[in-house]
Amino acid sequence: MINLVIDNKEIQAEEGSTILKAAQSNGIEIPTLCYHDEITASGSCRLCSVEIKKGERTRIVASCIYQVEEDLVVNTQSDRVMNVRRLVLQLLMARCPESEVIRELAEKLGVEPQKRFQLDEDKGKCILCRQCVEVCEQVVGVSAIGFLNRGADKSVGTPFMEPSGVCIGCGACAYVCPTGHIKMEESENGKERVIWGKTFEMVACKVCGRYFAPQEQLEYIGKKTGVPLDKLYTCVNCR
Amino acid sequence: MARINNLQDLNKRREQGIASLFPSKIKVMVGEATCGLATGAGLVHNALAEEIEKQKLDIILSKTGCIGMCYREPLVDVMEPNRPRLTYSRLTPKNVPAFLNQILEGNHKSKKPYCRIDEDILIINGETKRYLNGDLPDDLAAIPLMSDIDFYEKQFKIATRNCGYIDPDNIDEYIARGGYFTLHKALSTMQTEEIIKAGLRGRGGGGFPTGYKWQSCREAHGEVKYVICNGDEGDPGAYMDRSVMEGDPHSVIEGMIIGAYAIGAHEGYIYVRDEYPFAVNALSLAISQARECGLLGENILDSGFSFDIQIGKGAGAFVCGESTALMASLEGRAGEPRAKYVHTVEHGLKDRPTNLNNVETWANVPVIVGRGSEWFSEIGIENNAGTKVFSLVGNIRNVGLIEVPMGITLQEIIYNIGGGIPKGKQFKAVQTGGPSGGCIPKEMLDLPVSFDELSKAGSMMGSGGMIVMDETSCMVDVARYFLEFLEGESCGKCVPCREGVRRMRQILDDICAGRGREGDVELLESMSEAIKDGSLCALGGSAPNPVLSTIKSFRDEYNAHIQDKKCPAGVCTELIHSD
Repeated sequence: MINLVIDNKEIQAEEGSTILKAAQSNGIEIPTLCYHDEITASGSCRLCSVEIKKGERTRIVASCIYQVEEDLVVNTQSDRVMNVRRLVLQLLMARCPESEVIRELAEKLGVEPQKRFQLDEDKGKCILCRQCVEVCEQVVGVSAIGFLNRGADKSVGTPFMEPSGVCIGCGACAYVCPTGHIKMEESENGKERVIWGKTFEMVACKVCGRYFAPQEQLEYIGKKTGVPLDKLYTCVNCR
Repeated sequence: MARINNLQDLNKRREQGIASLFPSKIKVMVGEATCGLATGAGLVHNALAEEIEKQKLDIILSKTGCIGMCYREPLVDVMEPNRPRLTYSRLTPKNVPAFLNQILEGNHKSKKPYCRIDEDILIINGETKRYLNGDLPDDLAAIPLMSDIDFYEKQFKIATRNCGYIDPDNIDEYIARGGYFTLHKALSTMQTEEIIKAGLRGRGGGGFPTGYKWQSCREAHGEVKYVICNGDEGDPGAYMDRSVMEGDPHSVIEGMIIGAYAIGAHEGYIYVRDEYPFAVNALSLAISQARECGLLGENILDSGFSFDIQIGKGAGAFVCGESTALMASLEGRAGEPRAKYVHTVEHGLKDRPTNLNNVETWANVPVIVGRGSEWFSEIGIENNAGTKVFSLVGNIRNVGLIEVPMGITLQEIIYNIGGGIPKGKQFKAVQTGGPSGGCIPKEMLDLPVSFDELSKAGSMMGSGGMIVMDETSCMVDVARYFLEFLEGESCGKCVPCREGVRRMRQILDDICAGRGREGDVELLESMSEAIKDGSLCALGGSAPNPVLSTIKSFRDEYNAHIQDKKCPAGVCTELIHSD
């Protein structure tokens, strides 16, 4: 076990664990936006920044990817940390003025919008937290979506923004999106689902008749797990 | 090309190279690095070739790399047995027929030589080879020695030792000037500790002690290790690495073989930005020659050590000069950095121990290992041993590539080497460190150039770009320019850089257009701290530097733009009124 100090509290953590995990396991809250348990941390939103002191040197690091070290001293609320946190949320509020999630998080953390930043109108609610892309690659395993372009023009989408040949319409990306930016639409009768510009035929449950999953998703699950397709044509409620 | 297996073979090639460098007939050599070609050296070369063919002249026509005097290009050097080597500057295709005539007639009727070289001192082994044998001919008495002219007097060439002296495509000429002998020494007697002792600090911008990096990589866990040369050189105005890759590719190769041997790596990569096609060509040819000679591949110089190099090309992203983004690019992934809490010497390319160094750093290696750490540490100043290559550009008389010992002052570089500010203008600032650096005002010109001093002054050494500015530069506009550059090059992964740099740029746009507000400077300063602290990599982390340094040294200009809606330098067009 590694011994470290977080906000003046002596903590013990497993070797290889991150500052974020160690803090969360000890009731110390560090805000996050791009972090998700099921995917490798990208350290891209920087909201989880903390100030660490090792010997004489202090610096700001992303707690979701920094591994605990013996005798590390961590401050999750220092002036420098608050300055970073404040700017990150002000920047995201300016980028996604329509996002209630970001506005509420900023309010909760006491951050006022920076009126000097011109509001974007073309980013929707996407904060580029990368969770959708990582989930599609690491959890689902099809990599249907990725990143287009560089810098502020960076966006998420399918190759050339064309309907994807590999997307199975599972909606994991929409589910994990923290701001609700990703749109997944079902037709009124439930027979069709549209996501990333691709229309999926939904399968009706053999037992209850409810349209519950796209054909492609069931085929993919069948291939990955070896479970025969006709078993998968029964929805989760009816099994 | 015959295989070089031992010292005897190497010496044989050396003899061939010496015969090529000091030929028994007239040799004309044109400076054909990118700088030369950009001024028309290619056309001069073609005109020379045509005329030589037409008159059936018995003259060797050759080419060489960037000798640094870019402000006098196209440069053509003439070598005749036992005579000093003569440098002619600013030749044009029209000059060529008369020029060749004067060489054959033995006079200077159509073009006077700009300078001469009597002897060639090889920095890598201390040897001297003479062009001039006997007394100096009377007709050359008034021609200054190249080493005496202001531009060169204070220079000391280590990394650029062969640039402008050899044909980069001729491996024998590289060997003749001491090349690959250090490799032989290293492989047979293991001198690589010299690098660690020599205190060489990375020349690419990071300034990290190279020896420690090599040692850490050597000690890292893992069978397969890599060495990488970072040839992505992206700072606007910087072309040090380009000149070395174009003019002396073997110096990089030899450095990498020595480094790989020290570290225990058998595979190396040279990552070159896509915008340097001549460098890619020169390196590719040099690599294939080295392979033919057995200096790359299996069992190099009979040592049992095997190592080979591949070239990887960039695709137009400044951020790929960042080590982890570069490695991602080499792996075929998008060039996005990752946080470096876990060092690349432990987990780098393909997650394996990787040692990455800049072009100039690698080019230093054969000399340091060859001459020894003590010799190297006598050059420069404490904690900053050796020399640094700078591209001296902007509002300066003598624009070019220079290599100077650490500790030389900015004053000496700008006024002695650089010849001062042209057109009767006044010095205003010198920008160092590219988009990661800062602007140094005239009050600090007596600053000795070194990693530590430049950082203390609010700038940094950086890769070596040195942009001199006169009163026609607006420092607010300069800050805005660098932010705009970085905004376009940000990979977009982290919020502080992707969003923060463009917001700073927008505020600077406002200031330059007369829309600046009270409190803008304070806001820029506060944002700068958060962006420096919060960014994932050094692109974002150093992006605020030009802003902070210009606010510190040129606050009055910001005030003029914001409060008076005036641009004192007369640059920001929306603020220029005809009062």
